[in-house]
Amino acid sequence: MIDRGLRRITPLLAVVLALAGCGAGADPGDQPRQLTVFAASSLTEAFGGIGPDFERRHPGTRVVFSFGSSATLARQLRQGAPADVFAAANRDTMAMVTNSGLTASDPETFARNQLQIAVPADNPGRVRNLADFARPELTIALCAPQAPCGAAASLSLRKAGISPEVDTYERDVKAAITKVMLGEVDAALVYRTDVRAAGDQVRGIDLPEAAQVVNDYPITVLKAAVNPQAAKAFVDYLRSSEGRDALVRAGFQTP
Amino acid sequence: MKEGQPRALGSSAVLTVPAVLGLGFLVGPLVALLLRAPWLRLPGLLAEPAVVDALRLSLVASAAATGLCVVLGVPLAWLLAQPGLPGRSVLRALVTVPLVLPPVVGGVALLMLLGRTGLLGAPLAALGVTIPFTPTAVVLAEAFVALPFLVLSVEGALRSADRRYEEAAATLGADRLTVFRRVTVPLVLPGIASGAVLAWARALGEFGATVTFAGSFPGRTQTMPVAVYLALDTNPDAALALSVLLLVVSVALLTLLRDRWVTR
Repeated sequence: MIDRGLRRITPLLAVVLALAGCGAGADPGDQPRQLTVFAASSLTEAFGGIGPDFERRHPGTRVVFSFGSSATLARQLRQGAPADVFAAANRDTMAMVTNSGLTASDPETFARNQLQIAVPADNPGRVRNLADFARPELTIALCAPQAPCGAAASLSLRKAGISPEVDTYERDVKAAITKVMLGEVDAALVYRTDVRAAGDQVRGIDLPEAAQVVNDYPITVLKAAVNPQAAKAFVDYLRSSEGRDALVRAGFQTP
Repeated sequence: MKEGQPRALGSSAVLTVPAVLGLGFLVGPLVALLLRAPWLRLPGLLAEPAVVDALRLSLVASAAATGLCVVLGVPLAWLLAQPGLPGRSVLRALVTVPLVLPPVVGGVALLMLLGRTGLLGAPLAALGVTIPFTPTAVVLAEAFVALPFLVLSVEGALRSADRRYEEAAATLGADRLTVFRRVTVPLVLPGIASGAVLAWARALGEFGATVTFAGSFPGRTQTMPVAVYLALDTNPDAALALSVLLLVVSVALLTLLRDRWVTR
């Protein structure tokens, strides 16, 4: 008897619970306004600190980040992904978005980044410079060519006249440096900021070509921004002295 | 409802409407893909070296992975189907894990075992054998996710097979291996075949474990699904061409299965 009754009620219960779940966040009164920022994965640590600082200065606003390869984020924005701000790791990937008419204004450069060779802390491959990337016995990771980090890496290697023996092209710079941190590769070409963020697990080796291949990071408010005021405030914050300090602490250069 | 009376179509709107919606949901995206594909440019796109490399690698690796699944999976299924096996339900649950595990997690797990600093990988590396970022890694990643399909399919076939043939062979003096080889396997060959096709389809479409464990290098470890993902950002037409190709291959595989799967 109880069994049959339960069986009748269960689907009804499930529907009610699901609707209740949907309804829980619906009260506009006490919901913080959300700011959605699409940012290159190399900005993960820097924005991870800047986000809470910004929220403290703008009570009532919640900043939500989506990090990934700038090329992938640009593609998602072109396919209609909702965001207020886009921060890319080079001009080419930002151009994908501006050329599609998605930006509210011209992008501004807010940071600069340079490449560095990343090796595991114990440097098992005895890597000393970029020339080692041509050694076939080493396991080398680069970013995929369409990622800003990959484009910069190709350019640096071409300038140095080195044909690298690559073992894997990772989809973004964080995937590349993770392979280094796991000890799965002997070396990767990533940004200085990523080496700094990886701390003791990774050692960075400078390359002279890095200064010739500097990535400008453009940022822009998107036309379809749901929260354009907060978006503009976020961009302004990055250009303020606190924002610039935070970026410099992460290893970026500021314009 | 009388037994044997044909049911009238549309006799239940409550069932028909969701059914049609479900069908539309499954077929709609595929139709959209076919409609949006760059048909005129398709021959040119499919002849691009990156595409040819990805296709060749995918076919070779998935075939090798399927072979590995058959070699390991049929004996494993035989073991699981043995009457009176201790801990059978635990074993079967373990075999089913890669089915429910997110593929990326499978890739991470393979790295932890066979990576350069992995449990087995570290001693292997000391002997000069590295597995990650090689076509071998692709085959292993695909086999890892595809094996449960084959094992469960063959185990099901074995359990529903008539044991008396095996018993008869045994009483006629055949040893266990001969019984397995000459009686059991031919008996469950349809189950092995359908399991192999399922495993092949799964291996062909594998992405998460492959890209994590084997990385991505054109021609060496960049399989078709990985190539589609990367091409999407910069060369959407190539991504569409590859997608259509994968769709055609998948449909062909399904046609192979056809009645066997449905009426099993």
